[in-house]
Amino acid sequence: MSSEASGDKKLVNLTIDGRSVEIEKNSTVLQAAHKLGIEIPTLCHVDWMEPYGACRLCSVEVIKGKRRRLVTACNYPVSDRIVIETINDRIRRVRAMIIELLLGRSSNVPLLQELGKQYGVEKSRFGEGTEGCILCGLCTRVCDEIVGVGAIAMDGRGIKRRVATPYDEESKTCIACGACAAVCPTGYIKVIDDTRTEKGVPLEFPTGPTTSIYVKTLQSVPKVPVIDVESCIKMQTGGCGVCATYCEPGAINYNQKPEEIEVDVGQILISTGFQTIDLKKFAQYGYGRLDNVYSALEFERMLNATGPTGSQVVLKNGQEPRAVGIIHCIGSRDENHHRYCSRVCCMYALKMAHLIKDRTKAAVYQFYIDMRAFGKGYEEFYHRLLDEGVTMIRGKAAEVVEAGWGQRDEGVLLIRAEDTLIGKFREIPVDMVVLCAAMEPQHDADEVGRLFSISRSPDGFFLERHPKLDPTSTMTDGIYLAGACQSPKDIPDSVAQAQGAAARILQLISRGYVEVDPIRAEVVEELCGGCRMCNNLCPYGAIEFVLDKKISRVNDALCKGCGTCVAACPAGAITGKGFTNAQIMAEIDGLFAKPTQGAKA
Amino acid sequence: MSWEPKIAGFLCNWCSYTGADLAGTSRLHYPPNIRVIRMMCTGRMDPVFVFKAFQAGADGVIVSGCHPGDCHYQEGNFKMLRRAHLIKRVLADLGIHPDRFRLTWVSASEGDRWARFSADFTQTIRTLGPLKLTSDSILEGTYNAA
Repeated sequence: MSSEASGDKKLVNLTIDGRSVEIEKNSTVLQAAHKLGIEIPTLCHVDWMEPYGACRLCSVEVIKGKRRRLVTACNYPVSDRIVIETINDRIRRVRAMIIELLLGRSSNVPLLQELGKQYGVEKSRFGEGTEGCILCGLCTRVCDEIVGVGAIAMDGRGIKRRVATPYDEESKTCIACGACAAVCPTGYIKVIDDTRTEKGVPLEFPTGPTTSIYVKTLQSVPKVPVIDVESCIKMQTGGCGVCATYCEPGAINYNQKPEEIEVDVGQILISTGFQTIDLKKFAQYGYGRLDNVYSALEFERMLNATGPTGSQVVLKNGQEPRAVGIIHCIGSRDENHHRYCSRVCCMYALKMAHLIKDRTKAAVYQFYIDMRAFGKGYEEFYHRLLDEGVTMIRGKAAEVVEAGWGQRDEGVLLIRAEDTLIGKFREIPVDMVVLCAAMEPQHDADEVGRLFSISRSPDGFFLERHPKLDPTSTMTDGIYLAGACQSPKDIPDSVAQAQGAAARILQLISRGYVEVDPIRAEVVEELCGGCRMCNNLCPYGAIEFVLDKKISRVNDALCKGCGTCVAACPAGAITGKGFTNAQIMAEIDGLFAKPTQGAKA
Repeated sequence: MSWEPKIAGFLCNWCSYTGADLAGTSRLHYPPNIRVIRMMCTGRMDPVFVFKAFQAGADGVIVSGCHPGDCHYQEGNFKMLRRAHLIKRVLADLGIHPDRFRLTWVSASEGDRWARFSADFTQTIRTLGPLKLTSDSILEGTYNAA
């Protein structure tokens, strides 16, 4: 070891099995042995927790002069010039006894059976218990030291010792993190996943994060994981911190806090997206009430290769569906909810049908009002689906009910729908139903609209400046729109709009100056009485009050020249350039002026 | 010479003026009695403009803006709507029939709607007959043009 290293941390020199090793003073014998590559068997030890010395399997002999004594390597501190033997007859005998005792309690643990073979213990003289737990205490320590919850602890003494929750009742403090089960060397502790059925099919298909540290989407920029403060054990209890021990570059910082950052910008692109309509509003389709009725997003999770079922299309009972019904336009094109078309559903419904056909033998029924295959290659895809044998039923489904017991040969659910093409009412038995929920404006679109002084069209989506000629800008200069916050649209359209908006933004940045219309309002300072009536009237917040002069002043860059303040000013102190009172009065006079002599002639 | 109603129209730049323009470019037929003054927004409408128009010789005044919620300036048309109710009451006090004033909403794509409204309003004014204001105009000198 170099001399500078020993300056900081005191090093000691010891001998293990005849080999000498130098190690920091506050280490354990086990660590020193590991440094030499000497294996010492352990049951209750892991590197990342305090040593416990419960199993005694790591017993070694310390030799100081003529004294030899047994110590546990995992928690025996090193000291200078001690001599350790990790294996000899005595140690072998002691370890064999420990294993035999443990086998007597839990003969069914493979780990112990393996150790028994190594130490010549084929059969325990103390019985053949099938307890399973070896009382290593890893689970109780991980719960206390790492997770910081302390939901389980050792209970009882001697042969009655066992791991238990307080009063053997269901723990109120357990957070179901599963750390105890993960650390258990014998598999005695099992985590029961009550989010899945007995067949292992998830009861829910969450579309949000399922772990406390996660990468939001595969397309995230920057693509880094974030910690969910609400569920992170480290953030909540101060325990765990396991992710930091695994992160080699040390990038995980638990001290980060949500903060508000003020950034000065000249232009803003709003792409706040959409939400889907609450399917619970549609009791007739049984969402949340009947099994195997999914929203399209949940079903998308089921189809996803990294989803909870690993892309298997399965029913709650673990079987493959015999038939799947996909119902379009839930809440869209509906007088009772949204009159507009959500635009993306037809195509993703077709995609889902294609994937169901690909992965199962199920019959697929599409219940549609109109098939809107509007984009490039979409109509061709629709025809491909017809060739694949997807059944198209033109008509909106009326309801989804459980099929009667006699009707369950083809499906346990019954979709009742009118087939407008054959003019008949039909009942289609299916096993699974997928509902295409309408896209609607974000719940806080009103707030966002107010914040940026942009208006919303009657459907609630943000209003563009012009539907054809300027679909990415808003009425407020410097505020642009992209994606489904402006209207329901699919990914290609969102990308196109966003690229357009980005180009518009760059245009202004590269030009370096802003052109404004000459039509503005202007406050005549001598006439302004400082009543501030105009301040709140301005839809653009362009009028500010000059405190020291006690007058209002119009900000030329923000004013759009609507003239609302001009008409409202009780002192007549604001003029609208291009539309002054005098000009308009003259126009009125001109409209009704008697033709002059010259004009008559 | 038979009497023809003279009507002043105050149209907002973004919806109704463009709508009236569309009526023209669409070759729609409607009475030529309305003489249009363009405003940036109906929110700019000072009520005095209405009275001034009657004083200057108008038999009727029509103000037209964007549909509620569609205002280019977000809510200028609501401000006009509020004023319209007051204007009607003041007109009645001045001895001018409130029906001689009308507020309508016409969007930029509704040329036909503008044609229909102007025909209808012209008919209303025709029925009401010419406006006869008494000798000295009550409005004389009440307004300082800034």
